Amino acid sequence: MILRRRNLLAALPAGLLLSGCDSLASNPTLKSIVGAGEQATYRWQRLVGRDGLAREFAASDISPVFKMNGTRRPTNPEWQRLEAGGFADWRLKVGGLVQRELSLSLADLARLPQRTQITRHDCVEGWSAVGQWTGVPLGSILKAAGLRDGARYIVFLCADDYGGEASKGGLQSASRYYESVDLVDAFHPQTILAHQLNHQPLDAGHGAPIRLRVERQLGYKQAKYLMQILAVDSLAPFGSGKGGYWPDRGYEWYAGI
Amino acid sequence: MASAPSPQILPRRVLRHHWLVRLTHWGNALAIFFLLMTGMNIFGAHPRLYWGHGGSLDQVERQWLEVGVGGMMAAPKGWVDIGDRRFDTSGVLGVSKRGTSWNIVAFPHWATFPSGRDLATARSWHFAAAWLLIVNGLIWLGYAILSGRLWREIIPKARELAPAHLWHDIVQHLRLNFPKGEAALRYEVLQKLAYAGVTLGLIPMVILTGMAMSPGLNAAFPFLDALWGGRQSARSVHFIAASGIAGFLILHLVLVVLAGPIRGLGAMITGRMTIGGTK
Repeated sequence: MILRRRNLLAALPAGLLLSGCDSLASNPTLKSIVGAGEQATYRWQRLVGRDGLAREFAASDISPVFKMNGTRRPTNPEWQRLEAGGFADWRLKVGGLVQRELSLSLADLARLPQRTQITRHDCVEGWSAVGQWTGVPLGSILKAAGLRDGARYIVFLCADDYGGEASKGGLQSASRYYESVDLVDAFHPQTILAHQLNHQPLDAGHGAPIRLRVERQLGYKQAKYLMQILAVDSLAPFGSGKGGYWPDRGYEWYAGI
Repeated sequence: MASAPSPQILPRRVLRHHWLVRLTHWGNALAIFFLLMTGMNIFGAHPRLYWGHGGSLDQVERQWLEVGVGGMMAAPKGWVDIGDRRFDTSGVLGVSKRGTSWNIVAFPHWATFPSGRDLATARSWHFAAAWLLIVNGLIWLGYAILSGRLWREIIPKARELAPAHLWHDIVQHLRLNFPKGEAALRYEVLQKLAYAGVTLGLIPMVILTGMAMSPGLNAAFPFLDALWGGRQSARSVHFIAASGIAGFLILHLVLVVLAGPIRGLGAMITGRMTIGGTK
């Protein structure tokens, strides 16, 4: 009896290895347990670090080259037309659950109070780069627009169709990049709409003309090529409903980890 | 007059492991099994390690380890660079066979979860298993401290660390001479050092370095990042400590088998161990 039980115990891990554990990843019960872990991470980080500031570095810490990732240059003709015109015709539309819809040009953004911060960009793949970003705090724009009751998330719609990378889990279907954050991160003082990296206007690879910096989350939340900002009560209408291009493809929506 | 047999000679069943210890032991086994396999999958997304804050394909001056592949398509060569030295790891690290095709990835498919490249799934399982490890670890540590087991059974006594005593235990281990009878109810000094090193050293280290890779936790607890000298240093130490845990796991399993797997495994499942008797 004991022998049989021992054999069973020995056979269990061996069987798991032989059959491959991959089927576990699609088991609905296990998926919900893993999803509960993700929720626990989000709640725990909001509990202990709601107002924490991401570390700001010295100029001497700035990475010699700030690695580009994701889209290097949008193929979208609208973005290319705007780029050809030096983004003079580019407008950031702010809408959704707001009291006043806004349409802001680069000159409008330049007139608003600016914030400069030297922060570390932490990619989900594992690499990091330190850069100096200058831009307008998102909170000041949202205050100017005035959030209406029921607004729970801020959604960022981008200009690039992204096809994904094999290194992140097989080829991904191409679709419009987008991201979203909760209101805690939206009004966080270090959350800015950046138009400069290391004293230079953003180039195509780094998200021209404007990219989001949400410094307490991973790189894929730092949406590039911003076109529109929406205050919403639900993420369901966008993409596959998970709140972002990568979250739709299995990555955490809350990327503080 | 026939004397009654001494009670010490009769085999008897004694409680060796408290149920909390058994529960957390198997919880940890499950967590560490998935943490190591998902960790190897995650490493494959960027198989390079650096010291400091920054480090990427465009900033390699502080890189100290890389797993890569080169050579001809028909017979690709996998390698690991550590500092200036290159080690040929064809077939295992950098490139490995999956069925009849070459799999260009740091760790082979049989060692990772999921078996194919899938950073998203590997990450979410890694973090779920990390929660299990943390909750389990705190329960075990709380029990070990409150019951006194930590000082009595896990942390070596000063006299046990005397060179002569250590040497004696090393020789006993090399002779595969494992304690039987009453002595099996205590850990010997090498066992204590291994268990203390893992539970009080390596596991806290992987947890703290893991947390120091999280931008949210670094903002909440700035000391996390400072402790290791940057996210890339934390990632390096995470990898080294996890390798240490993997090494412990292999040693632990080998020694359990050599020391008598039925007794050892049985005690960790039922909590009870037979002492004395014919052996």
